[in-house]
Amino acid sequence: MDDLLAGFAAAFRLIVTLDAELIEITLLSLRVTLTAVAIACLIGLPLGAWLAVRRFRFRRTVIATLNALIGLPPVVVGLVVYLMLSRSGPFGVLDLLFTPTAMIVAQVVIVTPLVASIAHQAMRELWAEYHDLLISMGASRWQRMATLILDGRRALLTAALAGFGRAIGEVGAIMIVGGNIDGATRVLTTAIALETGRGDFALALGLGIVLIALALIVSGASHWAMRTERHGRW
Amino acid sequence: MVSLLPLRLEGAALVRRGRTLVGPIDLDLPAGDVTAVIGPNGSGKTSLLRMMHGLQPARGRIRWSVPEAEARQRQAFVFQRPIVLRRSVAANLAYPLRLRGVPREEARARADEQARRFDLTTLLTQPAPSLSGGELQRLALARALITEPELLFADEPCAALDGRATRAVETHLARAASRTTLVLATHDMGQARRIATRVIFLLHGRVHETGPADAFFSDPQTEAARAFLRGDIVE
Ligand SMILES: Nc1ncnc2c1ncn2[C@@H]1O[C@H](COP(=O)(O)OP(=O)(O)OP(=O)(O)O)[C@@H](O)[C@H]1O
Ligand SMILES: [Mg+2]
Repeated sequence: MDDLLAGFAAAFRLIVTLDAELIEITLLSLRVTLTAVAIACLIGLPLGAWLAVRRFRFRRTVIATLNALIGLPPVVVGLVVYLMLSRSGPFGVLDLLFTPTAMIVAQVVIVTPLVASIAHQAMRELWAEYHDLLISMGASRWQRMATLILDGRRALLTAALAGFGRAIGEVGAIMIVGGNIDGATRVLTTAIALETGRGDFALALGLGIVLIALALIVSGASHWAMRTERHGRW
Repeated sequence: MVSLLPLRLEGAALVRRGRTLVGPIDLDLPAGDVTAVIGPNGSGKTSLLRMMHGLQPARGRIRWSVPEAEARQRQAFVFQRPIVLRRSVAANLAYPLRLRGVPREEARARADEQARRFDLTTLLTQPAPSLSGGELQRLALARALITEPELLFADEPCAALDGRATRAVETHLARAASRTTLVLATHDMGQARRIATRVIFLLHGRVHETGPADAFFSDPQTEAARAFLRGDIVE
């Protein structure tokens, strides 16, 4: 109980004093996760739409694989990305290990299947609704996908938010490929793990509260954006 | 420009799991007619229209006088259950034009104009899915006609409408018929009499009788057609 109260006090103190380290860590968390989610959306949303409108031989296999990849343990993803990026690995020359870029790569791998799968689910329903109309109007394959993505944007936002939630709270993979280096690759989750290990529960809790607040603010903001858009655009 | 029509069906049939649902049908659809496709529920009206429009993969041959991809751009379909995009009425009207690369401003202007013609002006900014059944039908028809297709399929476009709305739709169809060949599935014999110039009477997925509307209604040749027009149950 004391730890919890101390945690809130610490969080409050850190936030009102605009603690420089906290801000740095928070900004890096946001930068890594938002970049990763943006890339995951660039891949996952069109992939989801494509899987919805195209019939091809291995479609079911691809979808099943995608769904299986959602369950991929982040630690294992971290390990594989580590091996790829390490000096002796195939991408060793890029010298990316222990950089924010490496963390972004790991998070993209973790988040893309989730985003693509949720997007596909939503696009499939919309496609069932639109199918006859779009075929009848002679929409090209690209026009079909664009229409689905545009009209399904609310569901796609949900996909992006799920991706954001998964990425911002992820610790195993980015710990391995980022190394939790102070001032370089330390983010909220790895900092929490570190402070908990050190026994500084107050600081760890403080960081945790910031993390939760961040997740809430991002999802709240995007829902708000959709609400105003709904009133404006129709 | 080469005319899209005649559309020629040779042994066209719809087969699902070994069962022939519709056909085989041999049929010529020349330019200029208003063809009413009539018949009891389940006789294959919707299937025939979908097949002619190329929405349904079919056996046999369905031939346009232009390549299929081009043919698609020059015809339109109004579905029995209206399908609208989850967008505003204005965006729905502009959509077929946007697909054809018409610039946004021009598409918008033409959508406004079409809305005026179809009495949709007050609804332009509404989300299309929130319209009433009759308004949806009107929107679907207005959207189908905005590209001025050479051929329009309308699958029971008045099924959900009251008398006044039906008249309004018929007026629009009659006006469109001066430029557009119409194929109209309907179970409303009054409507078929009012606007059709040609009739295709379907029974069990086959063309049972076909001919000019006047002749068909005044002197049907088959017993089934006579029974159907009397309102008797046709087996
Ligand atoms: N894709 C399909 N798979 C299986 N059966 C089908 C399919 N499409 C149509 N049918 C069947 O084919 C028959 C003809 O259907 P269709 O919808 O063309 O009739 P209709 O004349 O339009 O009837 P209604 O007056 O009720 O609209 C029906 O028995 C229907 O159940
Ligand atoms: Mg029907």
